[in-house]
Parts: sequence; structure tokens; C-alpha cells
Amino acid sequence: MKNTYVKFLISFLALASTPFILSLFHLNLLSEILILAIFALSLNVLVGFTGLVSLGHAAFFGVGAYTAALVAQHFSANLLATLGIAAFVSLLFAAIIGAFCMKVNGFYFLMLTLAFSQMIYSFIHQSTNLTGGSNGLSGIPKPEIGAFSFANPVLVFYLVLVIFMISYAVLRITVKSPYGQVLIGIRENETRVKSMGYNTSLYKYSAFIIAGVFGGVAGTLYTYFNGFIAPSDVYWTMSGTVLIMVLVGGSGTMLGPVLGSALIVILETIVSSYTSLWMLILGAVLIAFVVFFPKGMVGIGQSLYRRFTNKPSVVNEKKSRAA
Amino acid sequence: MRTDHILTISRVGKSFGGLHILKDISLEVKKGERIGIIGPNGAGKTTFFNLLTGDLEPSVGEIYHDGHNITKQPNYKRARNGIVRTFQKNNLLNELTVLENLLLVLQRKQGFGKVWYQLRNIKKYPRLYEEADELLKKWGLFYQRNAVIKNLSYGEQRQIEILLGVAMEPSILLLDEPTAGMSQSETDYIVNLLYKLPRDLTLMIIEHDLDIVFGLADRMVVLYDGGVLAEGEPEKVRADERVNKIYIGSGDELVC
Ligand SMILES: Nc1ncnc2c1ncn2[C@@H]1O[C@H](COP(=O)(O)OP(=O)(O)OP(=O)(O)O)[C@@H](O)[C@H]1O
Ligand SMILES: [Mg+2]
Repeated sequence: MKNTYVKFLISFLALASTPFILSLFHLNLLSEILILAIFALSLNVLVGFTGLVSLGHAAFFGVGAYTAALVAQHFSANLLATLGIAAFVSLLFAAIIGAFCMKVNGFYFLMLTLAFSQMIYSFIHQSTNLTGGSNGLSGIPKPEIGAFSFANPVLVFYLVLVIFMISYAVLRITVKSPYGQVLIGIRENETRVKSMGYNTSLYKYSAFIIAGVFGGVAGTLYTYFNGFIAPSDVYWTMSGTVLIMVLVGGSGTMLGPVLGSALIVILETIVSSYTSLWMLILGAVLIAFVVFFPKGMVGIGQSLYRRFTNKPSVVNEKKSRAA
Repeated sequence: MRTDHILTISRVGKSFGGLHILKDISLEVKKGERIGIIGPNGAGKTTFFNLLTGDLEPSVGEIYHDGHNITKQPNYKRARNGIVRTFQKNNLLNELTVLENLLLVLQRKQGFGKVWYQLRNIKKYPRLYEEADELLKKWGLFYQRNAVIKNLSYGEQRQIEILLGVAMEPSILLLDEPTAGMSQSETDYIVNLLYKLPRDLTLMIIEHDLDIVFGLADRMVVLYDGGVLAEGEPEKVRADERVNKIYIGSGDELVC
């Protein structure tokens, strides 16, 4: 137990020292990784722990991002106001969309989440007066607390870092708690978990809402970070990308989505400076992982660790439950 | 409703499409009674259990539990209220360990994880682990505590299947062919455990091994062609000509 706090503190300090080491370019990259890591972690609650594969998670990212942008432009750029309202609106959307999506399973769940997110996308895309349509919203004021403004990238990085650490901790506690064990149970065998006396619909619904809220928080941070938001960030390819981050990193683990986010963001940055075939490369990466490393980067790490420590392999090894 | 009956099944039927699998079944079960249910393959025994647990809704008829009409109550509520089943085919959380399967049952019983504000690491509830270990020791499964279900033998999985049911501390336990697919020694072991179940626990047991079920049951119900063919004390049912006929007719022997 103590060990966990120590690891947490060390990670925080290590990340907090990066502004002294990294160039501004790389620091911004790290901010983006952490933001998308929150996004991937939130999706992982659904995909990795509850076993519900959503292809519409960008909806909540978009709702959070646009809400924060609109609040900042029209009412107040106060951090607590923008973040609080954006999280609340994301919660409302998740509650409504979830109520529908919970009625179906498997493939139909995937299609329904996709349909809802595309509806939100087209609303954003068409409502030029409110959302700027295809131009998006720009010149969004940076968040502030009282007279203090997160006016430069280093300050934004620290804000992102703190919210990332909090989100990680909250989601970790959630999935490790008895509540999280029920979610894992649902992933493994929903029928049996029902027979144990659990109202599984309620658990799935609440997981959907948790995922939606943290997805909205990630979107909010994205708005803070960029000062700009466009409908392409709500498009279904965004949902696809974050799903790939979860799978490539290792679904059903806490570390996986963070690693997945790092890999995809870094890879995209490198690849994009050489070629415009990013989607092709992304597809190849996904295929490679699905075929050769179905347990993702965390799975690779585990088998390397086992090889080096010479632990007798697999017999009673569990699926992928690291971190 | 009379409440000396823990379960009252009143003119219940179930059809799938146009097929009437169960027609007009009525049965009253007293608290602590042990009822054996037999019948040839496809007679509708499992379907009958599904109606009692709420996994399926009857097409007609009503079911009462302790005097309450539960015909439309969802299965998880019935399970909470003490109507618990085990499955004919092992239906476990195969990728998780024995302990994790068991904890899931115990945490709800002990009231953890029922509400999501109890967000603490599950390891911080030592009482859960104590009870789990106690049960595993009692069932002779402690040595498999951390084994993943899918790596266990079929017989061991079968034991876990039944253990999960018993661990819920039900008031009515429905066992669907508990010894199916087990070796003789495993069967003996399980039957012995079943005999040791508390006497006030109401038991309904579907079993093809007639020796087991005739020994265990206070009362037998024979399902045939969607209806109750015979009902009564084991000796009476064993002597019943119609029962002998269908068992011989279907290729099964009354004494296996
Ligand atoms: N969900 C369903 N949809 C359609 N038909 C079903 C369904 N469930 C069961 N049946 C049919 O109902 C009949 C009775 O099935 P059931 O499983 O209740 O029999 P059983 O008495 O338990 O048999 P066994 O001894 O083989 O376990 C079978 O013919 C089966 O095919
Ligand atoms: Mg059956």
C-alpha cells in the first residue's frame, strides 16, 4: 500500500521536473500526452474494465471542450467555472446517451455510441453561430483563478499534470474498489454477476457516466492547452484513435492507456514530419499489436519482466492486470 | 398467500415461439424442504429453474416467494432475496481467480461495493478475505485459492460453481445437475457437502443420478412433456409405473 503512494509521488515529481529539462516543443508534447491519457483512461473504464466497447467516446471530449470554450468566451474564464460546468454538462450528456446505450450489448452498443457521437459532431459542425461550425472556436481565453492566469505553456502543463494525477488516482481507486471488481465481473460474465445479485445495468450505466465525465475533463484540458477547438476533435476518427491508444497500451490496466497515449502522440509527431501517411502507419501499428501483442505495451512489459526475473511462466498468470 | 410455503408456483407455463415447453405447473414448497426434480432430457427442468430465478419470465402463471408475487421481479433482486441458483453448465468468471470469483459474492453479502461511494481498495476489507479463506478451507479448495478458473479441472470448476451458490447464503438454493461431468470421487465429495447443508435451507435439485437425488430429497417431482408427471415421497415415485416407463422409454434407467 505504502508502495503505491511512493510510486505516485515519484511519478509526480519526475513529471513536475520536466519543464526544467525539456524544450518547449517537447513540453507541449508531454501536455498533449497527459491530456489524451486522461481521455484514454476514461474510455478504459468502459472498454477495459466493464467490457463495453464504445466507438463514440469523442462525443464527451467534444462536449467538454466546447462547453469550456463557450463558458470561457461568454461568461468567465475562471478555472473552476469552466472545468466544473464542462464536467457537469458532460455528465448530463453521458446520463442521457447512456440511458439509451445501456439497452443494448456488444456490436449494437458500439454502433449506438457511434451514432450518438456523430449526431453531436454534426450538431457542432452545423451550428455555426454557436460553435463556429467547421472553423471551430479560437482565441479562447486561458483559464484563470482570480488574478492568476495560466497564460504560458509551462503553467498550462502544471495544470494538466495536477488534473492528470488526480484523474489517475480517482480512476485507479475506482477500478480497484469493490465497485470496480463488479465492473470486471461484468466484463467477464455478466449473467453470472447478475445471478450474484448485482443490478448490472446500474453498474454499466454508472461506468458510462464516469467515463463520460472524465472524457469531458480531458476535452476541457484540451481547450485550455490549445486555446482552440475544432469539430474534427469530435469526429469518429478521434473516438477510433483513443480506442487504439487503449488497445495498444493494454486495456484493463491503469498504465496501459497512458503508455498508449504516449506512443501514439509521439509516433504521430515523428511520422507527420516525414510523411502524410499517418493513418496508414497508425493502422499498421494497431494491426501489429492486435496480432502479435494482444495485451498491449503492458503485456510486453510483463513478459519481459518475467523473462529477466526468470519467474516460471504463464501457468496461473492472470489476464492483464498490472499497475 | 399462505406464508408457511416459502415458494408457491401457481399454474406456470412457458412457451418459446409456438413451442409449449412447460404447461401448467403448480407446486408448493415448504421452508427447509428438499425437492428433487427429475425428468428426461428436454423435459423443461432447467427452464423451470429459469422461471424461478427470473432468468426467464413465465408466459402464464404466477410465482410467490414468502407470500410476495415475484413473477415479474428481475433475477438480481430474487438472488438478493435468497433465491439462488447454480448452473447446469459451469458459468464462472473464467479469466479471474477462484478468490476473485468468491470475493464478488461475499462483498455484496457483506455490503461492500453495493454503493459506489465505497471507493476504497478492495484489499482494505480484510473481513472479505477472511470469510473467503474460511469457505475455501471448508470446501477443500484453499490450495486453488489464487488459481485462474480456466486452469482448473472441470470437477474443480464444478465445485466452485456450487460454492458460489452456497456462499450467497440463500434461503432457496436451486442446483441444476450439480454432479454433471464429475468423477465418482468428486461426486461423492460434493454429495457429502450437500448433505451437510443447513437443514433450514430449502433445496431444489435437478439430478440425473437418481441414487443421489432419491437419497437427498424429501419429495420428488417428475417433469415430463412440460408437466408434472408424478410427485411425492421418493419411495412412492420410485415405485410409480409411469415414471419407470418414461425412464425406460427414454433409455435412462431409474437406477443408474
Ligand atoms: N431460450 C430458449 N429458446 C428456445 N427453446 C428453448 C430455450 N430454452 C430451452 N428451450 C427448449 O426447451 C426444452 C427444454 O429445455 P431444458 O433445458 O429446460 O430441458 P432440461 O429438462 O433441463 O433438459 P436436460 O436434462 O438436457 O438439461 C428443450 O427442447 C430446449 O431446446
Ligand atoms: Mg437442464
